[in-house]
Amino acid sequence: MLTKDKLLELYRGMVTIRAFEEEVRKMHNAGLAPGLVHLYSGQEAVAVGTCTALNSDDYIASHHRGHGHCIAKGSELDRLFAEIIGRRSGYGMGRGGSMHIYDPATFNLGTNGIVGGSVPLATGAALLAKLRGTGQVAVSFFGDGVLNQGILFESLNMAALWSLPVVFICENNGYGEFTEIDDVTAGRPYAKRGEAFDIPSEKTDGMDVLAVHETVSKAVTRARNGDGPSFLIFDTYRYSGHHVGDKQEYKDDEERELWLSRDPIPKLSEMLVAEKKIKQAALDELDAEIKATVIVAANQAKKMPEPDADDLTRHIYAA
Amino acid sequence: MPPDSQQTDRNLTLKDAVLEAMFEEMESDQNVILIGEDVGTAGGVFKQTKGLFKTFGADRVIDTPISESAIFGLAVGAAMAGSRPIIEVMFGDFLTLVMDQLVNQAAKVHYMSAGGFNVPLVLRTGIGVGGNLGPQHSQSLHGWLAHIPGLKVVMPSSASDAKGLFKAAVRDNNPVIFMEDRMTYNLKEQVPEDEHVIPLGSAEVKREGADVSIYAVTRSVHTALAAAEHLQVKNVSAEVVDLRTLAPLDVETIVASVQKTGRALVLDGGYQSFGITSEIAATIGELAFDYLDAPVMRLAAPDVPVPFSPALETMTVPNAEQVVAKVTEMYGGLG
Repeated sequence: MLTKDKLLELYRGMVTIRAFEEEVRKMHNAGLAPGLVHLYSGQEAVAVGTCTALNSDDYIASHHRGHGHCIAKGSELDRLFAEIIGRRSGYGMGRGGSMHIYDPATFNLGTNGIVGGSVPLATGAALLAKLRGTGQVAVSFFGDGVLNQGILFESLNMAALWSLPVVFICENNGYGEFTEIDDVTAGRPYAKRGEAFDIPSEKTDGMDVLAVHETVSKAVTRARNGDGPSFLIFDTYRYSGHHVGDKQEYKDDEERELWLSRDPIPKLSEMLVAEKKIKQAALDELDAEIKATVIVAANQAKKMPEPDADDLTRHIYAA
Repeated sequence: MPPDSQQTDRNLTLKDAVLEAMFEEMESDQNVILIGEDVGTAGGVFKQTKGLFKTFGADRVIDTPISESAIFGLAVGAAMAGSRPIIEVMFGDFLTLVMDQLVNQAAKVHYMSAGGFNVPLVLRTGIGVGGNLGPQHSQSLHGWLAHIPGLKVVMPSSASDAKGLFKAAVRDNNPVIFMEDRMTYNLKEQVPEDEHVIPLGSAEVKREGADVSIYAVTRSVHTALAAAEHLQVKNVSAEVVDLRTLAPLDVETIVASVQKTGRALVLDGGYQSFGITSEIAATIGELAFDYLDAPVMRLAAPDVPVPFSPALETMTVPNAEQVVAKVTEMYGGLG
């Protein structure tokens, strides 16, 4: 059983992401966060359960729905907001945006606009960790759409062949853009894709942060011990559709209700209260504190200047 | 030094000069690793990595499956994590398989991360026509790559340049594409033994001339030099400018040459349409128009897939005769 502190860390992480994404939604609706914004709401258990199983110098590589991973790995909220609304203090000076957030300080190889982009990046970081014997582990987060990208299979092969310390994490939220994953994907269960390379593979409930944490912890231990990669599939759900503004006409109410009833945040808070780890009143206080912190960060970002003309051509090449 | 090329005679092939550069850079910087198909125990499909595996071992010289996209993608991740990978891609044609990793990831990471991450790597690949390898093993696609901000593109013509440029490429903190025409692999010349690094972005005048400037890279430089000899007989003094790198492009040297000669021919083994000959011709037109005594001319590969048949294949490579003819045309015919 996890300590109370660890349990609260999980709770805090998920609530922070949920509150952050609500602010992003508001910013988008207010016209502050233009472009395509993909919210992580609903999938929090995966990012938080995973990143709390990692060391600070372990690598992650993320995908287009990646705010949650950045937050869970420890990026600064105001700089994340700033990037998402195109301000100069953002991680990429506002030139990457939501789908391109890189943070070397938290060993985050970036969110990514290319489906499958995270897979070779994390595998490459794992290759170097193995060659150098650093003991670092790399995690590749990707969506169910990547189950059908060729780069996954090329990377799984090398990861297995060289026994690399990488954990492949497929967040199966049921939809690739606007199409049900099951409608376009052969080979069930999908974990067979990892098994084909003799990689330990399993499917876990991605709405249960404790289950995620436990599954990933085992995979990370395996990786750190030199026993190679794991291929994990977490079933989860995206509450806001593909991007903000997606009316989600392809989903029915029954489906939505079912997944909302499995929301990872109340699931954990009810457990915490039932097992008398913490009182509901204290959790409410914590919620308010987190929301306030998120709003302060959002307001800070909004006050930040936009990039200037010199920033257009800065960093094309490294010195 | 590579064990097999250690010799007092410094007359090296271009291939061995690059091999020597790889040895030196791998020796002096532990972060340099080599990764690719057949690079390790096989020593390279053209023997261009011979001896590296034996010297540096499996931790630094990594044989891969035939998975160009992931090989390069892994190298980008490893570069972001602090290494300096050299990635061998056997044929430049296979860059098509690498393009997503190259264009969407490697080229943009430094920019998108506001300098937070560098991607210091060298992708080395052989390009060009020769040996009847057919339409999928004979292309010269360097124009594609030079088009992308964030990538550097290096195309040496000689052994000495290849060594100096390769060392600079390995030390550069950006993704560098190092492309040699395979027909230059065995060209020999004296190669300096000492520290020999040529900064990327410096063209070189390989032959001084007064009447016409011919611009080229890699194999085409030799075509231009041969044509210059023929032109000399016709009393035309041709200057041959080896661009050496397409990105960065040494605009200053390009312009200085045509300011002196007043005539420019841009020669290339890549396609003419939307290719580097067009870019350089336009640059000259914009920056040196007042110095021109004739329109800038282009001579490049015809816009066709490179055919297999020996009867046709050679027709896709611009030759010295065609260069002479083009220059002659610029003079409205020569007596």
